[in-house]
Amino acid sequence: MFKRFESDSRKAVEIFVDGRPVMAREGDTVSAALLASGLDVRRKTAVSGAPRLPYCMMGVCFDCLVTIDGMGNRQGCLVPVRPGMQVEIQKGKREIGR
Amino acid sequence: MRNSYDIAVVGGGLLGSAIAWGLGRIGQRVCVLDEGDIAKRASRANFALVWVQSKGLGMPAYTGWTMQASDTWPQLAAELREQTGLDVCFQRNGGFHLALGEDELEQRQALMKRLHNQPGAVDYKMELLDRGQVAKMLPHIGPEVSGGSFSPYDGHVNSLRTFRALHTGMVKFGVDYRPEHPVSDIKYEQGEFRLTSPKGEIRAAKIVLAAGNANQTLAPMVGLEAPMGPTRGQIVVTERTMPFLPHPLSTLRQTDEGTVMIGDSKEEMLDDTVLNLPISSVMADRAQRMFPLLGRLNVVRSWSGIRVMPKDGFPIYEQSETCPGAFVTCCHSGVTLAPNHAFEIAPMVAAGALDTKKLAAFSAKRFRKTDVRTSGYY
Repeated sequence: MFKRFESDSRKAVEIFVDGRPVMAREGDTVSAALLASGLDVRRKTAVSGAPRLPYCMMGVCFDCLVTIDGMGNRQGCLVPVRPGMQVEIQKGKREIGR
Repeated sequence: MRNSYDIAVVGGGLLGSAIAWGLGRIGQRVCVLDEGDIAKRASRANFALVWVQSKGLGMPAYTGWTMQASDTWPQLAAELREQTGLDVCFQRNGGFHLALGEDELEQRQALMKRLHNQPGAVDYKMELLDRGQVAKMLPHIGPEVSGGSFSPYDGHVNSLRTFRALHTGMVKFGVDYRPEHPVSDIKYEQGEFRLTSPKGEIRAAKIVLAAGNANQTLAPMVGLEAPMGPTRGQIVVTERTMPFLPHPLSTLRQTDEGTVMIGDSKEEMLDDTVLNLPISSVMADRAQRMFPLLGRLNVVRSWSGIRVMPKDGFPIYEQSETCPGAFVTCCHSGVTLAPNHAFEIAPMVAAGALDTKKLAAFSAKRFRKTDVRTSGYY
């Protein structure tokens, strides 16, 4: 659904989404990279399990919650991508200890 | 709406709404006079335990009353669900009080012994468990946990949903709920009560005072007394996490929707609009020492609330001798005791007299003695 500008010349950054390699760009937030990945990156909410995607992209709505490098409930829209980052789409509540 | 009722219940918190629900259930014409949203409402601040262990030291009758409530909670939950469609998530899965270090475990053992030695106390089946036994039931405990006490009768509930279910249910039973009706005066004239509120006068043949700590002011208007000694408590809540805690603790529980509540402070300060952060941090620190994995979770909310607390910590149920038809009801444990208020107190009020065989110990006359013993626990 989302397409990158062809003129976007930023350096590629490889991250992993549920173990699959995804090419992001330097300066992307995790949420932007997920939306641009073309993958089904819908998380499930903690109580009802309803599907959600990043929404406000500015740290307010918490609909972008995601597990990053083993830590649950991170706001993907506030975290810039780093090479080799491991992102997991969170299905429901954060696990204790993660 | 009319202005004349069989019974007016003053207070729409957990206690008042449980009694009003119980009265509506048996066909009484009832109104509930409540304050507005700015009321100091313990019903929205509480910890939601349905708790048995350690209650009743100094008043053996309170152990039986508490056990009866614990035994009847399933019936209340089932009736509320049937009537309102709301699941209050009652669980009687047994609860712990955990000790950090050997001293705390010894103190707990001493408390259990004193409780057990009271003549007339009901057996809570409380057991003192060592660290290894606790770890089998609560696998995530930290290294400082020395053991704890366990009672199979303890449990917990979604108390906000219980509050909502009682309100939804009582309206379905035909109870008139009137918010923004704080009662400032009560007169008893020719067998009828006249209650003054900013929105007009309400008349009722009987009244039940269930106004929490404000009962102290209202009770003397109808020849009753309700000495109160409120305290403040603080609660810290984490973000939602997968179920990891299969039993509630006296100071910590995981709610049905996944948040972890950390609680149990007790302060003299009675302002519920501020937090004492050093107290929150001690609570959070103790919680984290009990379950180190909690340290990874974010705190999303915290609040303080004012406990409704009769002076000696035990419930007060009393009827007026000078104004027949006036009742006062006060207790700290509005969640735990909700079934008793709905199924026991309400029918007695409808019948016009409290059953002294069941409730003699809870009379406010006990405060006239000089050596009132306190529970040391609420």
